[in-house]
Amino acid sequence: MADVTAVRARASSERWVVPLIIWLFPVITLALGMRTWFPPLASDHGAGIDRMLRYLLVSVGVVYVVGNAVLGYFVWNSSRQETVTARMTSKKFERRWSLIPAVVIMLVAESGVFLVGLPVWGQYYSAPPEDILTVELTAEQFAWNIRYTGVDGKFGRVTPRLFTLNNPIGLDAQDAASRDDIVLLNDIHLPVNRPARIRLRSKDVIHSFFVPDFRVKQDAVPGMTIDIWFVPTQTGIFELACNQLCGFGHYTMRGLVTVVSAEDFEKWLQEQSPI
Amino acid sequence: MNEQVEHEPHGFVRRYIFSTDHKVIGIQYMLTAMFAAVVAGLLAVMMRIQLAWPDSRWPLLETILPEAVSDGVMKPEFYLAMVTMHGTLMAFFVISFALVSGLGNYLIPLQIGARDMAYPLLNMLSYWIGLLGAIIGLGSFFVEGGAAASGWTAYPPLSAVRQAIPGSAMGQTLWLLGVALFIVSFTMGGLNYFVTVMTQRARGMSLMRMPLTVWTLLISAIVGLLAFPPLTAAAIMLLLDRHAGTSFFLPSGLYFGNRLLENSGGTPLLWQHLFWFLGHPEVYVLLFPALGIAFDVLATFTRKPPFGHRMSIISLGVAAFLSTVVWGHHMFVSGMSPYVGEFFSIGTLLITLPSAILGVNLVASLRGATIRFTVPMLFAVGLIALFGLGGLGGIFLGTATSDMYLHDTYFVVGHFHFVIGGVTLFGLFAGFYYWFPKMFGRMMNERLGKIHFWLTLIPFYLLFLGMHFIGLAGVPRHYFSFMSFDFTRRFQGMQVQVTYLALVLSAAQLIFLFNFVWSLRAGKKAGLNPWNAATLEWTVPSPPPHGNWGAVLPVVHRWPYEYSVPDAPADFTPQTVPASAVAVTQ
Repeated sequence: MADVTAVRARASSERWVVPLIIWLFPVITLALGMRTWFPPLASDHGAGIDRMLRYLLVSVGVVYVVGNAVLGYFVWNSSRQETVTARMTSKKFERRWSLIPAVVIMLVAESGVFLVGLPVWGQYYSAPPEDILTVELTAEQFAWNIRYTGVDGKFGRVTPRLFTLNNPIGLDAQDAASRDDIVLLNDIHLPVNRPARIRLRSKDVIHSFFVPDFRVKQDAVPGMTIDIWFVPTQTGIFELACNQLCGFGHYTMRGLVTVVSAEDFEKWLQEQSPI
Repeated sequence: MNEQVEHEPHGFVRRYIFSTDHKVIGIQYMLTAMFAAVVAGLLAVMMRIQLAWPDSRWPLLETILPEAVSDGVMKPEFYLAMVTMHGTLMAFFVISFALVSGLGNYLIPLQIGARDMAYPLLNMLSYWIGLLGAIIGLGSFFVEGGAAASGWTAYPPLSAVRQAIPGSAMGQTLWLLGVALFIVSFTMGGLNYFVTVMTQRARGMSLMRMPLTVWTLLISAIVGLLAFPPLTAAAIMLLLDRHAGTSFFLPSGLYFGNRLLENSGGTPLLWQHLFWFLGHPEVYVLLFPALGIAFDVLATFTRKPPFGHRMSIISLGVAAFLSTVVWGHHMFVSGMSPYVGEFFSIGTLLITLPSAILGVNLVASLRGATIRFTVPMLFAVGLIALFGLGGLGGIFLGTATSDMYLHDTYFVVGHFHFVIGGVTLFGLFAGFYYWFPKMFGRMMNERLGKIHFWLTLIPFYLLFLGMHFIGLAGVPRHYFSFMSFDFTRRFQGMQVQVTYLALVLSAAQLIFLFNFVWSLRAGKKAGLNPWNAATLEWTVPSPPPHGNWGAVLPVVHRWPYEYSVPDAPADFTPQTVPASAVAVTQ
């Protein structure tokens, strides 16, 4: 029976094809990475998230390129040899060459969390400023119900018992604070450069509020009221997408966030008729 | 030691169907997995076609499953059922079945010098219960409403309320039963693995003399035993929510189809905690054996021991422990407290340390070696490349601040396919090509194997690399079509390219299936030890007889990596060669 393991690498084309492909992968990755992938940035804290992503793309990218370079080199170099030249090495050598790169990679990762990520995380989850504009979003299959407080600055009482097709958020008309509430569908307006708080609720399944340009993503969970806040920094119209599988219409659950100047926002708000 | 005469069971049914022989059970698991893989692969192909060309017409599908199609066009709920079943089948009934249960069953007794598993009858039950789970899962396509469609994570309320999506009618109940049966089966198997490794090792086979394949299977079994049962409990709770009117996962105020539900007091987040308490360790349960196989295949075809053997075992243990306390990194944007989120982020990135040690040790095992580019070796080297990008991509998702943007985008889909899809698949192929001669007494065709390797590695890598970038653009997963949003439509051209790669990748697997069937009948005869390997299974005939070892159990004198021992008569020294004949190097 022919001895399969005796077939030396020197004779086979894999000797250079395998390292070449291993080296080619990071080249393709870098070429793709040169293109623009992120959507335009339109929020204050979003710059921090982009910084986090760039930190990882660069630092982890270096580890990735070096890793593939070394892997390809070892394959190429070892396949030229007739005999094993590094059968077993000392414990010290093994510790040094396996622990040091691993600790470096971990430090890259943990530094990212602590030095780059934590400040952004802290900002995003910090107590919001006083002059914040609060908008309530009640998600349902497959739409976003949007509510502004109206002139009194207070949301009226809602209760699920009052849900109907015409009263999608179950607004209680008995409550005086309800009377000036403005309820809209899939259409959010926000003033630029003013902190905005989104109060997320859901009527049925879990949805997720995702505005790519704002770098904001938060699940809307039935039974919970979750507040997030951010500062839009660009005027324009931005897409709001559902980011958590919520049913057959998930892929169509689209809203629009229109960011306008403070004056235009006040004008728009006055044009909206309360319930 | 008390020797028992092993009587081979008579009759086809006792020998090949209701067999208690670990080798037959291992092969049964692998064949079942192969069937499930064909179905799950077809689902993936259909998903990719739908995503690339959203106006596709599906006449054939309409004949098989009239409910799935309306006016010739696929229904979105059927697409979601395909997503759900692709993930469920692949994770539980393909990778886990083939890699952990299949190869694991076949190899553990052979590699530790035992005649069979500690509990052969339990082993048989574990397969049949697992098979029942798989059949129930597959059958759910044909019930009213179709298969479950709430994703493989089955988040309630979507999975709990039948009005939420058609798949949440009978399909979801069957899904829960199937998964619960899988866990029962895995728990029986894991217990068997643990006891077998602890009590059935041959004389001289100390723990540190076990091949890394057995080590990784042992650690996976322990992790599985600790982490899986909570999901069984969760599955029962969800079944009660669905059928008995309880509210474990359902809060008050749920409104479906113009009707208010009566549930109150539960929380959907409880399910997420319970699910990911299983779900995250599950990744490691599947990943570890692939790494173990890679270490062992590398040793055979580099003709040298793996680099950092002891440190790799310690790293596996540390990673296994950490994997059970970091599940919350799947829930950074779920509404969980941001303080808890940050804790999970820090913990998750600690796993970088043992994982990177394993990666570095795999790479360094190729240093100063000689290389035989056999098919298993190619898959093992491909595995290292996938583990590199897959592992590093995990850092993006384990970091809470970047996950806030990347969560549930195609970056996640690309990432987990590299790790739980790619590393495991390549480990599986490396192992299958490597042990095929032992299992069936014949070699697989080398040329077809190499074509299969290249047509798997290149499309696989580029396809899921592309998904990472689509994810950087923010494109969410679980979308039936990308045409409703400007920011997703922009990358439609790339979606088409990804689909082409997926078609090539799937077609390449037909080469493997052909090679498998062809080699079974016409492959070159393999001797005892076609690869000149040093571990125990290569000292018995191919295929090994019932009871594995004939009259006398083997005695082990050395660790499994005695390749290129200086002054030895051959470049490999089997574990059974006494120290008096060839010097023991560890």
